[in-house]
Amino acid sequence: MTDTQYDRAPGDASALPDVEQGTSSGVLVYTIGLGLAVVLTAMSFWVANTSLLWAGGLFLGLTVLAIAQMGVHLVFFLHVTTGPDNTNNVMALAFGVLIVALVVVGSLLIMADLNDNMMPAAELMNLQMQH
Amino acid sequence: MNVAVAVDDEVRYEARTSASEAGPAAKRVVVGYGFWIFLLSDIIMFAAIFAAYAVLSHATAGGPGGAQLFNQRSVAIETACLLASSYTCGLMSIAIDSRRYAATYLFALVTFVLGAAFLALELREFAGMIAIGAGPQRSAFLSAFFTLVGCHGMHVTAGLVWLAVMMAQVAIKGFHATVERRLLCFSLFWHALDIVWVWLFTVVYLMGVLS
Repeated sequence: MTDTQYDRAPGDASALPDVEQGTSSGVLVYTIGLGLAVVLTAMSFWVANTSLLWAGGLFLGLTVLAIAQMGVHLVFFLHVTTGPDNTNNVMALAFGVLIVALVVVGSLLIMADLNDNMMPAAELMNLQMQH
Repeated sequence: MNVAVAVDDEVRYEARTSASEAGPAAKRVVVGYGFWIFLLSDIIMFAAIFAAYAVLSHATAGGPGGAQLFNQRSVAIETACLLASSYTCGLMSIAIDSRRYAATYLFALVTFVLGAAFLALELREFAGMIAIGAGPQRSAFLSAFFTLVGCHGMHVTAGLVWLAVMMAQVAIKGFHATVERRLLCFSLFWHALDIVWVWLFTVVYLMGVLS
């Protein structure tokens, strides 16, 4: 016999009595989230403006910081957790992330490939001259 | 009104039965989940615009690029405004849960002012760019830029209107169950906009200045 059968609405922090939190701990969750988000944002701006880091790694570093901050927002502001009452929310989110990744990575890959396969203008001219 | 709230609470809190006995999920869960699906589809729409921007970000047609146009300081202030408004929106939902009118109005007001400040800074940036001839018709890069950032700005505008309407509903109807569900949807919307902005300032402003 399973124990909890009700799902939790996304964004709801306390829908069940055993996880119900007082107002102060709710404020604490949002404050921790704000603190982490501020630190990650400040790091992003620092990384983009510093000359201390190897330039080739900056894109990857900024991407990692952005994804980390999105995770902080999801957990501390939107209260998405791994609990059983959150399964539906997480599954919907996972599907959304899959589609987003397909659209963005697919577009970039296809357009970069097209650019590579485009004949340079000079070569095209030579081809026309020969005929 | 009070009866409806009490029934809603009862359904929400006595969740200790098996799936077959429990019956359909509480309306708050259904509404929240439906709005969650809408938000994800909205984010997929943003993904398409992001993909267009990423593809066109070097197509400046001899016009100004990101490094010449973007002002990091103004972007940092915009980011701070939106992040702080997301935080006060969270505090507002705590105030709503404990049904405190004064705290709800206060945090809603702070959220609104911070959101409006963000919008004002963004519009000033747009006006400055158009004034130096870098409007959306200048190059494919700028078309994509105005589409992406403008679309986010439109969402923020819609959120501000929604927040004002919700405060009027709280004033007239009080903390009715339907009003609480709408406020839940609003806070989801506002937090999701902040997530899109994190993506946006990283890809557009920070990476745009790098390259």
